[in-house]
Amino acid sequence: MSEFLQQLLNGLSLGAIYALIALGYTMVYGVLRFINFAHSDVFMVGAFIGYYLGKLVPEGTLWGGLLVLSGAMIGCALLGMFIERVVYRPLRHGPTLNVLITAIGVSLLLEYTGQIVFGAAPRTFPQIFPTANYHVGSLTISSNQVFVIGVAILLMIALQLIVFKTKIGTAMRAVSLNPKAAQLVGVNNNVVISFTFGLGSALAAAGGILYAMNYPSIDPLMGVMPGLKAFVAAILGGIGNIPGAALGGLLLGTVETFIGGSQFSTYKDAIAFAILIVILLFKPAGLLGKFTIEKV
Amino acid sequence: MKLASRLLLTLVVLALALHAQDTIKVGEYASLTGKEASFGQQSHKGLTLAIEELNAAGGVLGKKLELITEDNQTKPGESATAVKKLISRDKVVALIGEVASGRSLEAAPIAQAAKIPMIAPAATNPKVTQTGNYIFRVCFIDPFQGTVMAKFAQTDLKAKKVAVLSSVSNAYSVGLAKFFKETFTANGGIIVSEKNFSEGDKDFRAQLTAVKAAGADAVFVPSYYTEAALIARQARDLGLNVPFFGGDGWVADQLLEIGGEALNGCYYSTHFSPENKDPVVQAFVKKFKARWGANENPDAFAALGYDAAYVLVDAIKRAGSTEGPKLRNALAATKNFSGVTGVTNIDANRDASKPAAIIAIKNGKLEFLKTVAP
Repeated sequence: MSEFLQQLLNGLSLGAIYALIALGYTMVYGVLRFINFAHSDVFMVGAFIGYYLGKLVPEGTLWGGLLVLSGAMIGCALLGMFIERVVYRPLRHGPTLNVLITAIGVSLLLEYTGQIVFGAAPRTFPQIFPTANYHVGSLTISSNQVFVIGVAILLMIALQLIVFKTKIGTAMRAVSLNPKAAQLVGVNNNVVISFTFGLGSALAAAGGILYAMNYPSIDPLMGVMPGLKAFVAAILGGIGNIPGAALGGLLLGTVETFIGGSQFSTYKDAIAFAILIVILLFKPAGLLGKFTIEKV
Repeated sequence: MKLASRLLLTLVVLALALHAQDTIKVGEYASLTGKEASFGQQSHKGLTLAIEELNAAGGVLGKKLELITEDNQTKPGESATAVKKLISRDKVVALIGEVASGRSLEAAPIAQAAKIPMIAPAATNPKVTQTGNYIFRVCFIDPFQGTVMAKFAQTDLKAKKVAVLSSVSNAYSVGLAKFFKETFTANGGIIVSEKNFSEGDKDFRAQLTAVKAAGADAVFVPSYYTEAALIARQARDLGLNVPFFGGDGWVADQLLEIGGEALNGCYYSTHFSPENKDPVVQAFVKKFKARWGANENPDAFAALGYDAAYVLVDAIKRAGSTEGPKLRNALAATKNFSGVTGVTNIDANRDASKPAAIIAIKNGKLEFLKTVAP
């Protein structure tokens, strides 16, 4: 039983990070109907901003950690908006496929620019937040795990509030529903889309910092695997759906962890992805998604 | 004017051709960047040092040696490309590489088909030299390393129940885990849990939670250093405080950088220890620091890269030629060659049997524990 609870906790903390990245995929998809493949590399840049900022503040302090976290989030928000402005906006009225291919190009550009700027060798991420281990019965909970889950929940609540309770959130939903009609009623689409990219990228940065805190070895290609998993999580939950992305991330992380701890650990990724295929066979739009026919 | 420029061009081409004949080209492929950059950087620095020394001493067969290095970026598939380029375009006479068994296995069939001798400095998986009669190595092999660590676990760690955590997508890890299990169970030990992961994984909490529940006395992790360090950290977070131990894949400065305190009380086996007081070793450490800077410490792979170059040149001298078949025969006949990692004798399987050193990690520092003879 305690092993089960421990694995559940492990799975949730891994899933929380997938969920944070998945939110970025799903938000951009919701507004623009395309998959921003560069998202996982914004995640990597977030971790690297954290790495450099982490050297400037004393290690293991709460305020220092929060400073690093917010610095990385702001940095990546700007990067996300910059990418949208320079690369995606000129292509907005072209076919979706063009934007999709461009997104893959931006992803590779970030990865290999990262190899030049940061170097290809892995770096050790500093311990930016204070750490401790708590023992509850036979469970061991590390402060990092609690922190990851806590920050993820907080950010998801904040996101939900932004999308449903603020003016810009209403505009985002309007653009998502029908961009032309939104423009007609006075919504500035450019501002909304820019904001969406900024928000999604800030969440990716937070994900990157949380990931690097838990797995303190970072390199320019670190985003590839978690990015793929988060993409899958977004599809699993129903792409374009914010609670769906969170649910998909948590589910994928938990399933992966339980299989990793069983005798089938060799087939961890294979089984996790097979489950995805089965779910999509029965619910083609994902767990919480609405099914609509669409041309890509 | 046209004639003049043509003449000039011909002269340049001739000069280049003459220049090319002046050197003996040795190809190196290594993971200079990427996840296992430390392996490639160390072996490259050792190898470069040896080549520079040999050239300063007048080269071999009256020619200078020229080292042509290709980086495989630690990526699967890149070694094959690099080696094809070295053989077909650069026309190297021999290849030196790699530290990792998986990447050596990629290159070996290409070297074998082209009949270009290849010396793996530190690939320990037995399959590497089984590829063919042109593939050699200057280090011990995993059946020996597995036996050393199994005996170490039983006699020194007094472990009866051991868990094994290995990487399924890494030839070295799979092989070493297998050889360890064979000896350990044959001597009465029990493997209580066997868990796998893939290269590039960063989350091991799932496997470690299962290992903890199985009640192991010690955990054998035959992986490379990044994974080993992350595994140790996550294990300590989960309250799994038993010793972890591994093989020569743990050798890298980054092991302690990433792993930190979590690695205290852990052990690994390796080819060479710079702490060894042997004057030959100390002389090498001094030369290495003089060439690469006082903060650079040579590890096992630097020493093996260095020895690989000397073994190659020794064979070229005996062969009196750099032709593939002659050089191969000379390499196969290498006997009692003494280098910084001990005496190299190439056996019938083109492997070298050498002693293993066991290193303990205490208070964030590496300590030389003992040497185990083959």
